[in-house]
Parts: sequence; C-alpha cells; structure tokens
Amino acid sequence: MANIDIIREEDLQHGHDDHHDDHHDDHHGGDKYQSGFISTYIFTTDHKTIAKQFLITGMFWAIIGALMSLVFRLQLGFPEENMLWLKPILGKWITVSDGVGTLAPTFYYALVTMHGTILVFFVLTAGLSGTFSNLLIPLQIGARDMASGFLNMLSYWFFFLAGAIMFASLFLSTGPFAGGWTAYPPLSALPQAMDGSGAGMTLWGVSLIFFVVSVLLGGMNYITTVLNLRTKGMTMWRLPLTIWAFLVTAILGLLSFPVLVSAIFLLIFDRSLGTSFFLSEIFIQGQALENVGGSPILYQHLFWFLGHPEVYIIIVPAFGIVSEVMSVHARKPIFGYKAMVLSILAIAILAFIVWAHHMFMSGVNPFIANIFVLFTLIIAVPSAVKVFNWIATLWGGNIRFNTAMLFSIGFVSLFISGGLTGIFLGNSAIDIQLHDTYFVVAHFHIVMGVAAFFGMYAGVYHWFPRMYGRFMNETLGKIHFWGTMIGAYAIFWPMHYLGMAGVPRRYYQFGNFDAFAHFTSMNKFITIAAVIVFALQIVMVINFFYSIFKGKKQTTLNPYDANTLEWTAPVNTGHGNWPGAIPHVHRWAYDYSKGGRNIPQTEPLGDGEQDMGNDHH
Amino acid sequence: MGTFFIIASLALIAVILLQIGKITEIAGKLRGEEEMQMRSNAFHARFGMLFMIGFLVFVIVSFMYYKNSMLGYGPHTAASEHGVWIDGTFNVTMIVTGIVFFITHILLFWYAYKYRERTGHTATFYPHNNKLEMIWMGVPAIVMTFLVIGGLSVWNRTMKDIDEGMVIGEDYIEVEATGLQWQWILRHPGDDGELGERYYKNITGLNPLGQLWEDERNLDDIHPSELVLPVGVPVRVRIIARDVLHNFYLPHFRVKMDAVPGLPTYFVFTPTTTTDEYRQRLRDYPEWQQPIPDDEEGRQRWEAFEYELACAELCGQGHFSMKRIVKIVTPEEYSEWLAEQKSYYSTNIKGTEEDTSKEGVLSLETPTETEQEEVEIKDEELSKSI
Repeated sequence: MANIDIIREEDLQHGHDDHHDDHHDDHHGGDKYQSGFISTYIFTTDHKTIAKQFLITGMFWAIIGALMSLVFRLQLGFPEENMLWLKPILGKWITVSDGVGTLAPTFYYALVTMHGTILVFFVLTAGLSGTFSNLLIPLQIGARDMASGFLNMLSYWFFFLAGAIMFASLFLSTGPFAGGWTAYPPLSALPQAMDGSGAGMTLWGVSLIFFVVSVLLGGMNYITTVLNLRTKGMTMWRLPLTIWAFLVTAILGLLSFPVLVSAIFLLIFDRSLGTSFFLSEIFIQGQALENVGGSPILYQHLFWFLGHPEVYIIIVPAFGIVSEVMSVHARKPIFGYKAMVLSILAIAILAFIVWAHHMFMSGVNPFIANIFVLFTLIIAVPSAVKVFNWIATLWGGNIRFNTAMLFSIGFVSLFISGGLTGIFLGNSAIDIQLHDTYFVVAHFHIVMGVAAFFGMYAGVYHWFPRMYGRFMNETLGKIHFWGTMIGAYAIFWPMHYLGMAGVPRRYYQFGNFDAFAHFTSMNKFITIAAVIVFALQIVMVINFFYSIFKGKKQTTLNPYDANTLEWTAPVNTGHGNWPGAIPHVHRWAYDYSKGGRNIPQTEPLGDGEQDMGNDHH
Repeated sequence: MGTFFIIASLALIAVILLQIGKITEIAGKLRGEEEMQMRSNAFHARFGMLFMIGFLVFVIVSFMYYKNSMLGYGPHTAASEHGVWIDGTFNVTMIVTGIVFFITHILLFWYAYKYRERTGHTATFYPHNNKLEMIWMGVPAIVMTFLVIGGLSVWNRTMKDIDEGMVIGEDYIEVEATGLQWQWILRHPGDDGELGERYYKNITGLNPLGQLWEDERNLDDIHPSELVLPVGVPVRVRIIARDVLHNFYLPHFRVKMDAVPGLPTYFVFTPTTTTDEYRQRLRDYPEWQQPIPDDEEGRQRWEAFEYELACAELCGQGHFSMKRIVKIVTPEEYSEWLAEQKSYYSTNIKGTEEDTSKEGVLSLETPTETEQEEVEIKDEELSKSI
C-alpha cells in the first residue's frame, strides 16, 4: 500500500520519532501552498473545510425544508385559517377570495415534494455523510487528506450546483415539481397531468443528476482513502466504527445512486423524446397518447433500488457517530465491536434485496412479496443487535451527560421506536392497510427525520471543537436536546394513530371523507408541536454560528480524553493535519477504562497485553 | 398584529436563551467545571428517567384514548373476510413489538441513570460477550420467522385471484373501478355478470371508459354512482387508471391496490358486514352519537355512516377528493337495486353516433337534426367534464 511505503521511507530517513519536524516529505506543509481567500475557503481541497461547506449548506437546506413543512402543516392543522399573511412570500400560490387567503393545492403538493427531496438528499445525505466522512476519515485513519483533494472539492461544488438548480425551480411560474419526492410516472412524465410536471420536473431531474455526481465523487474518494491511506498499524479491524460506517455508506451509494440516474434519464426520454419506458394506454386532458408498452412499475423498481439503500445511506453514518460518541462519553468500549461491524455489513448487503417492500400494493405479482417480506424482516435482526449493543455499552459505564451523549441516547430511543414500526410495514399483509397512510409517514420521520438527525446533532456537538477549536454552548445544547426529543415525539407519535385510523398521506385536506375528517384537534396539536420544535432548531443554529466566533476555546488537545487519532492533531490545524509525521497506531480505538485509564490508539501494547479487548474475560 | 407578536416573542425567547447560555458558562467558571459536570450528570440522568416514565405513560394513555377511532378496534372490526386476518396479524405484531419497545426503553434510560458519572464511580472494561450476541441475534431471528410465516400466509390467501372453478356472476361478482383525475368511474357488469371489452383509444366524452359496444357484454354494463354489493358474496374488483397512478382504497374493508394505466390490477374480497350492521355497531359509541351539525333530519353520526372509497396514490392536485360511497346490502336489496339500474349503453349510447354495437350499426338510420344536435351538445358537455 502506497502510504505505508512512504512512511517507511520517513522512518528510514528520520528514525521512529513520531514528532520529528518533517517538511521535506510533507508537501502539504502548513498553509504555505494555499494562498488567498478563494483557494482556502471557496475552492478548497482541504477535507476539513469541505466538511464545513457540506455542513453549512446542509443547515441552509434544512431550514428551507423545515419552513416548507411548517407551511403545509399549517394547512393541515388549520385549514380554515386565513393564510393571506403568507401572500407576500408565496405570491400567487396563495389564492384569495373574500379577503381570505388559501394555499393552492398544487403548491401544497410542491411543498411536500420539495420538503422530501431537500431533506432526504441535500440534508440527510450530503449534509450528513458529506460533512462527517470528509471531516473524520483522514483524521481518524491517519492521512493528510483524502486520496484526491481535487475530486473532493468537485464533490462539494456539484452539490452546490444541484442545490442552486433546485432552488431556482422554486421560482418557476408553473411551480416546482409537485409529484412527491418519489416522482412516480405517469404523473411526473406528463406536463399535462400537473403544472409542476413541466419545467419544475425537468429542473428537479437535472438537479438530482448533478447531486448524484457529487455523491459518487465523494464516495469514490472515501472508499479509496479508507482502503489505501490508513497510517501504519491501522488495520481494518482497528478502525473506529465511524470509519466503517462511512466506508459502507460510500459503497452503498456507489452501487445504488447510478440506478436513480438511469430512472431519471428514462423519465427524461419519456418526457422529451417520445419513448414509452413508463407509459402505456393513457388518456389525459381529452387526448389518447400514442405511448404503449411501458410500465410505471418499472420506474418504481429503478427508483426503489436506490430508494431503499438510500435510507441506509442516511442512517448508517448515524450508527457510526452514535457508537463513537457513546463509547467516549460512557468511558467504555463500544460493546461488541466486531458484531457492530458485521451488523453494518449485514444491513448493507440486505439493503439491496428489500426494495420492493415499497411496492407491495403497486400491482406487482403478489408472489414477489414472499421474497421481499422475508428479507425485510431479516434486516430487523442486525438492527436489533445494534440496539442491544448500544444499551450494553451504557451498562457498567461512567456516563458523562453532555449534549452529544444525550443526542446519542435519544438516537437509540428513536431508532427503537421507528425501527419497530418498520416491522409492521415490512409485513405485506399489514401493509395492505397501512400503505400510503400516516403510519408510513410516522415511521420514516421517526427513523430518518429524527433519529438520523439526532446522529447528525451528536456529531456536530461532539466534533465542533475539532472543526472550530471552540465548544458549542452546553446549556443551550441540552435545552435543544430535551425540547427536540419531547417535541419530535409529540409531532410524530400521533401520526401512528392517524395511520391506524386509515388516514391517507399526501392529502391536502381531510374534509371530503367522513372516515378521515374527525381528527382536527390531533392535527392542530401536531402543527403546534412542529412550530415549537422548529423554533428550537433555530436556537441550535444561533448557538452554532455564535460559538464559531465566541464559543469557549479548546485549550487541551484531547478535551474528551478520547482514544482516536483525530484528537492527536493540533487545535485548528491546517491542511495536512499533523505538522510532523503522521502518528502510528498500535491498538483498536476502544481501550476506555482499561486498567483504570483510557489508552489512545497511538500507545503500543504492553507486555502480554492483547488488542481488541481480547484479554478481557 | 398577531404575526408581529409571535415573531417578537420568539425573538425575545431566543435572546433569553442566549443569555442563559452565557450565564451558565460564567457559573461554570466560578463553580469549577468538574462540579458543574457532576450536577449536570445528576440532573440529566434523573430527567431521563422522568422522560422515560412520562413517555411510556403517554404512549399507553394516548393509545387508550384514541383506540376506538382506529381500524380494528372498538366498532371498527374489519367489514371483510380477509380484513379480520390482517387485523389479527397487526395485533400479534403489536404485542411482540410492544414488549420489545417497553423493555428496551426501560433498560436504555435506567442504565443511563444508574451508570451516570459521579465522584468515586468508575466504568467497567467489558468489551464483548459472544454468547450474549448469539442470544440476542437468535431470539429476534426466531420471532421474525414467526411473523414472516404468519404474515405471508395471510398475504397469500388474501391476494390470490378467484379460483378457476368459480363461475362469474354466480359464485362471485366482478366489478370495475377506473381512476382518473379526479374521480372514480365504477362499472357493474349487469345481468350477464361479465364486463365488456374496452380500449383507451375509444375514450370520448360520451364513452369515458372506451367501451367497445360491438362486444355484447358491454350492452348491459352499468355506471353506478355508488358501489353497491351484496353481503357475503366474493367480489373481484378490476382496478385500472386512465391517466396517472391512482389507488383503490376501501379502509373499512382493508382493501388497497394501485390503479395503473395500461396494467389492470385486481383485489378479491368478501364483504361480511352490511352498512346497516356497521351502523348498529357504531351506535354504541359516544362520539358516533353526536348529532350531525346542520342535518335536516337531525340524525346522529352513526345513522349517516357510509363506507367510502378513496384514492391512496398521489395523482395530482385533486388527489384528496376522489370519493365514492360504497353500500353493502342484503342479497334481496342488491337484487332490487340491480333491477332498478339502467345500462349505460341504453341511456347514453343507443341510437347515437357512438353506437357501434351490431344493432346500432344495422339500424343505420340517419339521425334527425334534433337528435344530431342533442348528441353534439352532450358530447361537448361530457368532454368538458373529463
């Protein structure tokens, strides 16, 4: 492996002194080669700065996506309410009659669609893996930077471009795409089916194609770096769980995102080139279309072949972050490290063979449910193993309750809640009733919209000093945690009941059906909870930006007494991470409270001491 | 003004929170970091237990409170044969997942509390236990196996198509539901029990389903405004869409299936409860005894209850408004209803330009001017409503 050879050269030239000042081989020495604002902050190739770019862009999109949800929640909770006050912002999308403003149904659907698209892709994929894979991979494996800083820089800027295009689509006169983040044809293929399926859909598709380029560039980098640039002694089995998680996430992305691109291309062909991949025997707006032979179900297979791994791409980094944060603050090794690695691998492999559980009621041959139910419920097993291992990590610990730890504990609660409802939905017989109801909305929000977010928050609070050399305010952080924990359950738990009552999702209002019309107070409650929880996230955003400049300074190298390599590089270190030689590693990352002390990875094993906790019995 | 006050209060709260943040930092410096940390640990560990208790109580209480609104509970026993199997599978799953939910949550928050950092306390170096891993991998695997087998057995029984031995119109009824933006067109096969052929390119204002009138089976097909079915007789619903994806959803019957343009789908179910019987069930529940506001006859909610057909796949801006009433009646009432129905052909097609049936073509009379005008006006009106 290339890097190990270079290190051996270093050793030959300078001996085994890990702290020897070494500018000859260190061609990223300090910031000397990076001059100017633009190459330091804009087109940077430093993985740590790129991480911050992903994070802040992700935060921007999270606020936009959340604001959208407040508008449509306002419609759902208070449908009679006058929305005229929103007209200055939403313009023609608020229709006025007799002085009362109403949200146009097409725009309601545009908001719902954009909310899903923005949060799933821009925030929870780019904002989560983009941030933490970039920040932590080189630092935790002991590398100067990613394998290609240039491709890494491009990865961010393609994400930016995708975002800019999606943002532009919000201002189209026919409106942004409004056919659901899943974009099923024929609704998404026919401009005459819905206004947003015109220019809005085209921009949506183009934006996502660029987004996928960003993910692939990033993913290639992460995999190459983890496999090739680990420092001496850093075997795969000594990697912290964060790195395993980011590696597996990147592989998942590389194998599944291209299928989404193919689906979008075929959709574009159907829209613009007269093909019939997804269209057959359609009569719309007074006209019988010539397309014959295609099937909308083909799109669903292609979409969900990405769609399912996508949700694991979202949650697996959170798994890694939570495992890491928990072991540091509980002062214990993560319980069952090997089982944790194997369960991530099992989940990743199974993730590829469950996609049609999103399609049980789509008109596919009912026989295939036999296969997909089996694998879907099997995937519950490694997930359960992880939950039990996290709980066992807490057992016997000496737990330090800071904000990051609180979010990690909260993550486990939410993953249990959201994961268990998956067992209902994955069983096709039950799905007959629950498909496309609020039960599904409750499930995926708890598991993605809250649990994955909590993993992200735990990471932000925990590694804030690694990014900015300061700490976020702990009191505000704890208020943020408890408020969001209670508030998020207040928002999403009642949705299970709505689903069990049969209330369908993606309804602009419920008044047309007696069966769905009698949950007004529940819908009001959910909306009010959503407004409060959103306000609380703003507290976090203020805390974040304020602390960059005025937060409590990091005065020690290793403030949490952690064992991993990212804490051996200087505070606010420059491009290249370690000013001298890269440290070497002699043990796994989890020797916490071993013989009464926390032993960093860089410390050699003692006489007769075994690695990986194998001397514990 | 209201908006201004809301925004101003939120801004004020933000400022207060920032000040709290600053104050606690200063307090930290005064008291000493370690003591602050210990106090914080004690507080949050305890608050965690409080949260756990509050959360679990909230879960139980809210479930009990809303129970009778949820399908499968209270008055809402499934109105179909297979629906009862689905509800049973749901309940078994709920018991299993409920046990896991409670145990894991209690352990999570209790361990967080018990093993909180405090002076004099240290952590135990306990990195793994392979036997434990096997146990908590094996037990979920076995439980999942039971859920899979049970669930798939219900699924396979529910989703299979009509047995080949069953005779259409006698052993089972076939009806059709076509989803379009934004309504359902229902089709009943009439006395012959068979639905006639259709082709999408034949769709016109007068012929919204594109029925081929040459096919004699179409001549007695009815386009009812409500789906009326006899209790106890298996029904095969043929489901299709005209433009985009829709979904045929009967919540009370636990029936759901996508309507796909170009790909007819189906769902077979047997209604077991008439509308009247369901109403009698609802009658015992206080929320159903509420009087209906502005009801001319002064009825209570249960008296006006109807089964409803809804759309459950996003189909554009009118997705939430695709409703039809479904009525389950006694076999006698069903025969009466059927006898009263007039076929779509006889009321809308016969003798018009659209009439491509054998008789229609044979009786090649030139329509009178008035007849011609009438047909053209009808055509225009119907095209506008598509």
